[in-house]
Amino acid sequence: MKKNVVEVKDLVKTYQMGDIQVNALRGLSMSVKEGEVIAIMGPSGSGKSTLMNTLGCLDRPTSGTYILNGENVQSMEDDQLADVRNRQVGFIFQSYNLLSRTTAVANVMLPLRYKRNNGHGDPKKIAEELLTRVGLEDRMNHKPFEMSGGQQQRVAIARALVNNPAIILADEPTGNLDSKSGKEIMDLLLGLNEERGVTLIIVTHDPKIAALTERTVRILDGRVENE
Amino acid sequence: MNSWRVLKEAVESLASNKLRTALTMLGIVIGVAAVLSMTAIGEGASSSITSSIESMGTNLIYISRTYSDNNSNPQALTLADAEALVESGGAPSVLAVAPSVNTSRTVVYGDNSTSTTIIGVTPDFATVRNKTVSTGRFISEADIDANSTVAVLGSDVVDDLFGASVGVIGQKIRIGNMLYEVVGILEASGGTAIGSSDDQIIVPITTAFSRLVARSNANDEVNMISVSAVDSESIDSAVSEISSILRSRHSISSDEDDDFSILSQETMTDAASSITGVLTIFLGGIAAISLLVGGIGIMNIMLVSVIERTKEIGLRKAVGARNNDILMQFMTESLIIGLIGGLIGVVLAYGLAGLIKNIAAASSYSLNPEITFGSILMAVGFSVAVGLVFGIYPASRAAKLEPVEALRTE
Repeated sequence: MKKNVVEVKDLVKTYQMGDIQVNALRGLSMSVKEGEVIAIMGPSGSGKSTLMNTLGCLDRPTSGTYILNGENVQSMEDDQLADVRNRQVGFIFQSYNLLSRTTAVANVMLPLRYKRNNGHGDPKKIAEELLTRVGLEDRMNHKPFEMSGGQQQRVAIARALVNNPAIILADEPTGNLDSKSGKEIMDLLLGLNEERGVTLIIVTHDPKIAALTERTVRILDGRVENE
Repeated sequence: MNSWRVLKEAVESLASNKLRTALTMLGIVIGVAAVLSMTAIGEGASSSITSSIESMGTNLIYISRTYSDNNSNPQALTLADAEALVESGGAPSVLAVAPSVNTSRTVVYGDNSTSTTIIGVTPDFATVRNKTVSTGRFISEADIDANSTVAVLGSDVVDDLFGASVGVIGQKIRIGNMLYEVVGILEASGGTAIGSSDDQIIVPITTAFSRLVARSNANDEVNMISVSAVDSESIDSAVSEISSILRSRHSISSDEDDDFSILSQETMTDAASSITGVLTIFLGGIAAISLLVGGIGIMNIMLVSVIERTKEIGLRKAVGARNNDILMQFMTESLIIGLIGGLIGVVLAYGLAGLIKNIAAASSYSLNPEITFGSILMAVGFSVAVGLVFGIYPASRAAKLEPVEALRTE
């Protein structure tokens, strides 16, 4: 029996945009088990992005509870949330979001820089091992502009893994890639799940991507439509 | 996250846009160089003036005539007053006394003529006022006793009348309707911040009385009495001794003011250094404004940089950077601009000081700008502080960015 790494209950998120109150999440509940691979789908405006930001501890819900790997995160201060993101969450973005002036190794090392308790070996060695795992052993010291989109996304995946997070949040990870590179990235992510048991939460528009996951959560109007 | 990493990253970030960093730094460089070189000029002027005052004599005291409403019968200073200071025994702190009279005349040698100051003096003038001759001799006791028509020339006068300084001794120059034999040439004292003492002719005081100053001067009135005190500690006591002797000789009652003023070298240097002190603060203050403008430049560029790097800030926050980490990152960058700009400014200030020294020397002023260690510390400290103060606002803007908003920015 696997434990739940993500457990959200009755999430409500309300924005004030000018005079209009936007209810992005209206009592959303869901959970993700350790080692699970799930897809989150939904039309734009469904609250999908808000859910991603909340799951990634980038944003706090207006009400509701969120337990991430045993930690109650919905009422944490900014600095505590930053630490939770550092330890528990790995992000993969559609546009890779690498530091453009920095080499692949340094990009992968970035989360280790903000780690509060040191240890766990030499950051550079850890980063090099991960880059080798994602197939970039000959691109260690390349800068992002010297790499293809697929290679950049591999760097981002290595960066997401570097702190051994509880969950990896991938927001349209193949959205900027051609279908061949996209498939390679998905294979890599699923392979890592097999191999290391990392929990993957993939936000996507693409039913073909969703079909590769174990479970798809559909969001509509700030609630889970069906599973 | 250790501070070495923060520093390295800040340097990398600044290096990634070299032109912009250099231009931002330039504001600080100019500011620091301006502050340092301006205060150096002030300091240099101060020591130049002080040393030229000191070159006029050692432990020197000047006595001259003044007028006061609260003195019913003001009297001039006379030769007898000067003699009384040494002969009465009432002034043990006084070493030597040199009365002098001044007038202005046109002097002629051959086809050349020049208008200059003629000073009638006693032999003690040389010691009290620190005069030495480069060739020939000074005025002697015998010249005084004999009313000799001899003259000692300042080096500028020699240039004006003879063109060269060889073969001048023994020549006759005409002052008024009398011929004077040149017996000596004064050592050139050079141009100073308070004017040249090379443009003068010295004659025996007795000759001046009988030939050069107005006939109405029956009491041997003198323009000035220069006094040298025994040593620097006894200047104050010399001043009070002189005061009491002159008050009794001039029959000044205790409720009346002096009809003379006593000015010691010390009070002159004090006055001069308070003037140059104000000058230094004034120049430094104006220069500090340019440093302030440089600081605004830092703020401007850092604000642009924060906006440009919004997405980077969002990413850093997403992977666990706390607000303070972001704050430190941007503060470090503006600090480095302030520090390195300040250090380059120090180097530039040395160059400017040397340039100013050469320009002053070319126009025959001796001005030696002094950059002190204290002023370097102050200027660099100030530029670092400018970097800090003007970096705080952009850095805190960066730190306060919401990660969700920042990541969404393109």
